[in-house]
Amino acid sequence: MSNLSGKTAIAGIGATEFSKDSGRSELQLAAESILAALTDAGLTPADVDGLVTYTMEKNPEVEVARALGMGDIKYFGRVNFGGGAPGAVVLQAAMAVATGVADVVVCYRAFNERSGRRFGAGVQDRGTEPSAENAGYAWYTPHGLVTPAQWAAMAGRRYMHDSGATTEALGAVAVAARRHAATNPKAWFYERPITLEDHAESRWIAEPLRLLDCCQESDGAQALVIVSAERARDLPQKPAIIKAAAQGISGSTAMMTAYYGDDIGHLTEMTLVADQLWADAQLTPADIPTAIIYDHFTPYVLMQLESFGFCGRGEAKDFVRDGNVELGGRLPINTHGGQLGEAYIHGMNGVAEGVRQIRGTAVNQVADVQNTVVTGGAGVPTSGLILGADR
Amino acid sequence: MTTETTPLTREQLDPFAGKSCGPDRQSRDPIAQSDIRSWVEALGDTNPIYVDEASAKATGRSSIIAPPAMLQVWSMAGLLKKPASPPHGARQELIALLAEAGFTSVVATNCEQEYIREAVPGDIITASEVIESVSDQKDTALGRGHFVTTLITFTDSDGAIIGNQRWRLFRFAPPNRKPAAEARPPRPRPAMNRDNAFFFEGTLAQELRIQRCDGCGTLRHPPSPACGTCQSFDWTAEAMSGRGTIHSFVVNHHPQVPAFNYPLVVALVDLEEGVRFVAEMPDAEPDDVSIGLPVEVRFRQQGDDLALPYFVLAPSQPAGER
Ligand SMILES: [Zn+2]
Repeated sequence: MSNLSGKTAIAGIGATEFSKDSGRSELQLAAESILAALTDAGLTPADVDGLVTYTMEKNPEVEVARALGMGDIKYFGRVNFGGGAPGAVVLQAAMAVATGVADVVVCYRAFNERSGRRFGAGVQDRGTEPSAENAGYAWYTPHGLVTPAQWAAMAGRRYMHDSGATTEALGAVAVAARRHAATNPKAWFYERPITLEDHAESRWIAEPLRLLDCCQESDGAQALVIVSAERARDLPQKPAIIKAAAQGISGSTAMMTAYYGDDIGHLTEMTLVADQLWADAQLTPADIPTAIIYDHFTPYVLMQLESFGFCGRGEAKDFVRDGNVELGGRLPINTHGGQLGEAYIHGMNGVAEGVRQIRGTAVNQVADVQNTVVTGGAGVPTSGLILGADR
Repeated sequence: MTTETTPLTREQLDPFAGKSCGPDRQSRDPIAQSDIRSWVEALGDTNPIYVDEASAKATGRSSIIAPPAMLQVWSMAGLLKKPASPPHGARQELIALLAEAGFTSVVATNCEQEYIREAVPGDIITASEVIESVSDQKDTALGRGHFVTTLITFTDSDGAIIGNQRWRLFRFAPPNRKPAAEARPPRPRPAMNRDNAFFFEGTLAQELRIQRCDGCGTLRHPPSPACGTCQSFDWTAEAMSGRGTIHSFVVNHHPQVPAFNYPLVVALVDLEEGVRFVAEMPDAEPDDVSIGLPVEVRFRQQGDDLALPYFVLAPSQPAGER
């Protein structure tokens, strides 16, 4: 158990618009979102002394600092494994602040993922330079498994086989996300809800995944500002206290191809994250009225609900029925519309929604949110957060 | 890759050397100053010795001259319908022989002219063309073929040679129009390194080799330099039976990478020795595939230096023998 709980807070959030073609550079998106987050926090670029981002991020810390005229940057770090990182960058920032290494740490993620390099296009052109990272793809790309959806479909099929989850269960996740996006003006799918029939009739991408099981591809940026809880209390926004932040690699965890464990529908690394979060925050699933569950592909949302104990193993197919994960249900998830409905910003927009739920400012606000869970990407080395209201 | 061709021997080719390409061609009119003027103006050649008598004489010539590059012009057939080429003759026989051997395409490669005396107005030019040589078989960027050189000799009305021209054609086998399946770009190649090279050496030998730890006997895949169970760095590559059952599978529809056929079935297989392995099932109909079905491994070459495994559904066995 860590001693990080309650020491730090997210004091500012800022984003660009979310689109399919931003019309400007990724670095500009990063700078705009960071400036917005700092403004939200009542701070300036000169106050920043730490930067954390994703290993996959293409905007170097030095360029970001130069663009915004930041002063001395005393801590900078990156976290690997794509969408597994949103909770982890917050964890890195929180550790830097709690240990006194830095005072104001900005986490950012910015890309033109739709108008630029699309992750959904596949890694078939990846090089053959003999690194362990490249060799890891040797078992998949020569056989035509080249995209995240294809990798996810393999685990998704087995999960459905073992749990009895059907297309309808996957559809319930997609319908909830699109319902929430429909009332979020920032969402790409604003005012465009879908039905279970729409989901079931959407075209195949990689069976058993259909188009509406897959997250969007988006242009945009999201930034977060992490400071000590004490300092956050003096800043304009209601603090979102970082009650717990955790990362996980466990057993047969792999980068999207964890096919070799005893039960490939069971997310060992997410279970490790969940166990740490509950212990550090001293909370249980009963304390969580709404959650952000990383939704790159719908089967992984079902698996994560089980990892966190919101329902039992194999029971997510029943848990998501009858609007139970929509507004008004037991656990509304992804109230911003998620990555299926709002935008795919590698999970960082989900952290921002968690902050808004704690502040009470979400467009689809759930009543009396004292604590919320935010998860990172599933099926990869991952991370998660529990954010809470101040004491 | 080119189409199949039949080698031709020198004995087949040499007899064509020196053979006439057909009747001589004579210019229809004597060379006239007006024709020269039209030609140099069309080409923008401003040299006065082609059109101005005084300028020509100033260079020591007795009159204007025809531009040497017009050598071939005078005996050309003109714009009216040409007489048909003779159906028989050495040129046609050579073309037929080359075509029969697979060299059905042609491209002009070069033309050389040699000038011996300057042609002047009033000259009547006769062109006489013979096959000068047929080369040995050559491999070029265009394909495999033979160079055929003809020599045209231009003479005046006295029979004196005023110039000649070597005209070289390459008669070759056209690039093979491959069937669509073979025209696919190569599939993504695996990144090979010191930890996984043994596997791809195995597939070249038609074996599905998996690491077995020398310390504790655990099989492991994907490969790793050390055993996660006992930390031993010693291991042996062991050939698996290639039999297993489908643990999970996907059917890929989109995006479509040109190297593959879609819908594309890829299976995660529980090998009977106890490890899992992913490979394509290129021959399987998606509707025939389900979790739990028995499969067997096969191998196929991807170029000379790589072989990849794939799975096929195991032939069904009589009840009671399973
Ligand atoms: Zn061992």
